[in-house]
Amino acid sequence: MAELAVDKHVKYILAVEKNKDSFESVVMDHLRMNGAYWGLTALDLLGKLDSVNVDEVISWILKCQHESGGFSGNIGHDPHILYTLSAVQVLALFNKLDVLDIDKAVSYILSCKNLDGGFGCTPGGESHAGQIFCCVGALALTGSLHYVDKDLLGWWLCERQVKSGGLNGRPEKLPDVCYSWWVLSSLIMIDRVHWIDKEKLVKFILDCQDVENGGISDRPDDAVDVYHTYFGVAGLSLLNYPGLKAIDPAYALPVDVVNRIFFSG
Amino acid sequence: MDSREDDGGEPLSRMAEWRDVTPLPQDDGPHPVVPIAYKEEFRETMDYFRAIYKADERSPRALRLTRRAIHLNPGNYTVWHFRRLVLEALNADLDEELDFLQRIANSNSKNYQLWHHRRWVVERLGANAGAKELNLIKKILSLDAKNYHAWSHRQWVLQALGGWEDELDYCQQLLEEDIFNNSAWNQRYFVVTRSPFLGGLKAMRASEVRYTVEAILANPNNECPWRYLRGLYKDDIKALVNDPEISSVCLKVINTKNNYVFALKMLLDLLCHGFQPCHEFRDSVVALRTSQPDPLDPDLSMAICDILEHVDSLRASYWIWRKNKLSVAAV
Repeated sequence: MAELAVDKHVKYILAVEKNKDSFESVVMDHLRMNGAYWGLTALDLLGKLDSVNVDEVISWILKCQHESGGFSGNIGHDPHILYTLSAVQVLALFNKLDVLDIDKAVSYILSCKNLDGGFGCTPGGESHAGQIFCCVGALALTGSLHYVDKDLLGWWLCERQVKSGGLNGRPEKLPDVCYSWWVLSSLIMIDRVHWIDKEKLVKFILDCQDVENGGISDRPDDAVDVYHTYFGVAGLSLLNYPGLKAIDPAYALPVDVVNRIFFSG
Repeated sequence: MDSREDDGGEPLSRMAEWRDVTPLPQDDGPHPVVPIAYKEEFRETMDYFRAIYKADERSPRALRLTRRAIHLNPGNYTVWHFRRLVLEALNADLDEELDFLQRIANSNSKNYQLWHHRRWVVERLGANAGAKELNLIKKILSLDAKNYHAWSHRQWVLQALGGWEDELDYCQQLLEEDIFNNSAWNQRYFVVTRSPFLGGLKAMRASEVRYTVEAILANPNNECPWRYLRGLYKDDIKALVNDPEISSVCLKVINTKNNYVFALKMLLDLLCHGFQPCHEFRDSVVALRTSQPDPLDPDLSMAICDILEHVDSLRASYWIWRKNKLSVAAV
């Protein structure tokens, strides 16, 4: 049986990180902040986070923070919630959240908060469950959840559940299995997951399965894909479906992996 | 999507124009894991792209090559990035670039790279591009009126380049087509609160309340106008409680005994914030529970929570929590 080629992967990831002008590094140009998160998390999972020059990474991340407090995907790009979450995740991996101007980053996130308690992508943007996950996740990781009106947001989130038991991402839209993740993990992070009907949601997810060929789709009877299969299984794990490993709602990684990252020095 | 636009889709290796270039194959390493079975056209295009990229050749043929590569994989951000470098080096016509983007927009309407590139182009074109851009976004929204990328981009254009004058009308039009379009309601709020031509939220409130009440009465089960209504009273909860139009629409909907869940929720919020109901409200709520043998809770707020626990059973835990919160407050 093939083994995981750990050294090869470390070499590949480090090469990407070091050669800032190389072909490969440009591959992730405007998603560089996400790329950093994926690469560094992978390195850490492989037990090799110390192969990276921490100071260089930190200094580059801080160059991506804007006046508003938000982070962009790379130097010279605009701040955006997606990259702000990644920046926070990377700094958390390095246990360097203290270098962040947390107040500024948090205030950028809060500027995306809407009256309904939800969050949009940018100030004024429509509240959307995916954006809410990013914002609540970043606030959770920086110890800033007290800025969230948990009752108000919790209610907006539990209103995503429709008759079929599935969850949508915005008012008056169709349910989709991937929202079993975005909405559910958000509810867990603000301690309001008991406000939805868990049994009905489990049933909805199971109805989205292709029991003959395997895989899960966005809603019952649609074609399956790996993206919805992941979110369906992750959602079921959050719902404590028997036989599944526990998953961390903020990191979207198995809990034992997160524990290993943080508690094995 | 037509990838044959500029060069007939002929293999590059057979074109005189590319004779001087040695294509650079992808290096998957000695033992590639899960190698992708690329189609020949894709493999060849990317081999030539890698060569041009490595040589940093910012020429007209490089520009055409990036277009070909984008057609084959519009998610390749390296190609988009390099295209920007080439466009700058050639001082290319950016209006033509916008036309190109519009042609591939429909099949790539949720592609992050495309929207980022579009913004980059429009930024360089400046204020004159605003009106055209708003029109182009309309076309995309006509195919999917809730496309989040399109709406984010539209909000950026309005704030960076203006064009607010017709935006409220546009929201109106979209809501006439689909009153359940939450994105259009959100945009309406965006315009009402931020347009330099409308006088601000307070000035617009009365007319917006009338509009929203009409929308509610037409479809009381529509989540959007209820949320919009609440938003119109942003930081002014007292005004919400004291506006007779608000309590009145709740009463009207409850009296129909149909699709009254949101109306009950709004009434509950009003009561929690000090609304003093006349007896009509209690009578209407009582009339909802024709099948229940036991009497209604003497406290109207508690009674509403009881009803919602049953008619909005998906959220039964939430309504039980609301009721408990009321009892704690009452003590």
